[in-house]
Amino acid sequence: MEISTLTIDGVKQGLRARRFSATELAGEALRFARAENSKTNAYLTFCEERALSAAAAVDAKLARGEDPGPLGGVPVAVKDVILTRGVRTTCGSRLLENYVPPYDATAVVRLEQAGGVIVGKTNCDEFAMGSSNENSAFGPVRNPAAPDRVPGGSSGGSAAVVAQGTAVVSLGSDTGGSIRQPASFCGVVGVTPTYGRVSRYGLTAFASSLDHIGPFGRTVKDSATLLGVIAGRDEMDSTSAAAPVPAYDALLDGNVRGVKIGLPREYFKGLASETGDLIASGIETLKQLGCEIRDISLPSTDYAIACYYIICTAEASSNLARYDGVRYTFRSPSSPSLSAMYRNTRGEGFGAECKRRIMLGTYVLSAGYYDAYYLKAQKVRGLIAGDFINAFAEVDAIIAPVSPFPAFKIGEKINDPMEMYLSDIYTITGDLAGIPCMSVPCGKTAGGLPVGMQILANHFDEARMFRLAAAFEKETN
Amino acid sequence: MAELANLHLSEEEVGKFLHDLDDILVHMDRLNEIDTSGVEPMAQVLYDAEETATLREDVARASVSNRDALANAPFSGAGYFKVPEVVKR
Repeated sequence: MEISTLTIDGVKQGLRARRFSATELAGEALRFARAENSKTNAYLTFCEERALSAAAAVDAKLARGEDPGPLGGVPVAVKDVILTRGVRTTCGSRLLENYVPPYDATAVVRLEQAGGVIVGKTNCDEFAMGSSNENSAFGPVRNPAAPDRVPGGSSGGSAAVVAQGTAVVSLGSDTGGSIRQPASFCGVVGVTPTYGRVSRYGLTAFASSLDHIGPFGRTVKDSATLLGVIAGRDEMDSTSAAAPVPAYDALLDGNVRGVKIGLPREYFKGLASETGDLIASGIETLKQLGCEIRDISLPSTDYAIACYYIICTAEASSNLARYDGVRYTFRSPSSPSLSAMYRNTRGEGFGAECKRRIMLGTYVLSAGYYDAYYLKAQKVRGLIAGDFINAFAEVDAIIAPVSPFPAFKIGEKINDPMEMYLSDIYTITGDLAGIPCMSVPCGKTAGGLPVGMQILANHFDEARMFRLAAAFEKETN
Repeated sequence: MAELANLHLSEEEVGKFLHDLDDILVHMDRLNEIDTSGVEPMAQVLYDAEETATLREDVARASVSNRDALANAPFSGAGYFKVPEVVKR
């Protein structure tokens, strides 16, 4: 079996034709994942027991002639900020090195109910804070396309395992681009659904008003199938949406003639690079497919970075207050008093980027600065979301870059946090507005580095976004 | 700020973060350039939905057990989390 290029349909066919059993597939995925991990460091934990028992259940269903579910036997990897009952979940943090959650995230429950086989938990930036996966306490992930380069972040591991082929699909999380940017850097499909489309129950909170769980896949269809499985109302997350979930993977008919696409001029000014050229040729392809292309404006874009980093750090500073040495495994050995326990546990447990963001968030929420920073940022967020509402009155979808540049070298940007933040400009706006957006591969640089093109759509319009992406994928493959 | 956030920082970290945060705050001050008069602050993503979507029947149901809740505690005993002495006997 050629596991590294398998799709969900390929797994289904292989099982049906008895070319392999789900147990054999899980065993091969685990063997391959372990062998590849010395090259990429993409997995933090393997779930052998859980994978084999899930696979055995799929085989038993098949033997009884039952439908094993839309993900029956499919090897899946899960980002290590998403809780798995009984399987260590570190969030890429020293603080949670030994944390074993007492419950499963809703997305995990749903993907296992659909027959998915979780092979392992993937490396990520600490508490999903970063754009390069270099902020993991367990070492950086290496990009499978170029081992001296980052895979992107924060869901770097989840992108890398799909690119290297040790999992067919994976779950990541996105707060400011953490699914789309690594998808772009690793050359896979990555989807950030509408805010509330997927339950956040069991997703470790970073910035609650911006956090999303979403899928990675090697194809648009696989990503669409996985989203269809995990999406939908969950009473454990009051922000999860009740809107019905269409069969996304059944709507990929390839017809995109007459679809109106907007190109936000603020995203393309100054994008003179190989990335810009690849996106331009992607747009040309969409034009040939019959899409109508027009210029649009998202005038508040210049303020998005400042707005995002105020809101996300403010929310992070309160969400991360719970890691105080009482409940979550790590307590500083130097805890002579309650306040020393708090300070030392957090000082020793958190890495530099988490500390920086906790400090910033504390500052923008503090008395005297709240109105100038936090409240102002919330108003600017309203303007940014309003820009998209106006745009979607005119167009069906928006095309944009994902990142201003392809995967950079490990170590290249880690000492300049502001420069790292600025590179998130094209992805954070979608999170601030809560609209669905995705990265779809659109070619490689002369040096062989993958580049993704971003598609953004209106709230709950994932089906149209997938249809566009599938037509594009078919045309460019 | 570190004190307010209950974070112990080394001298070296204080120096580095002073520099980083200065850089970042200078960028954030750009927000003053944009006119937001009359704009409602947006705390949460907004879209059309039924107002009752978040309500459920008010009935008691099982929760995480005491044992599970304490399983990850660095120190616990007699069904409680244990912390350093707060009040002298």
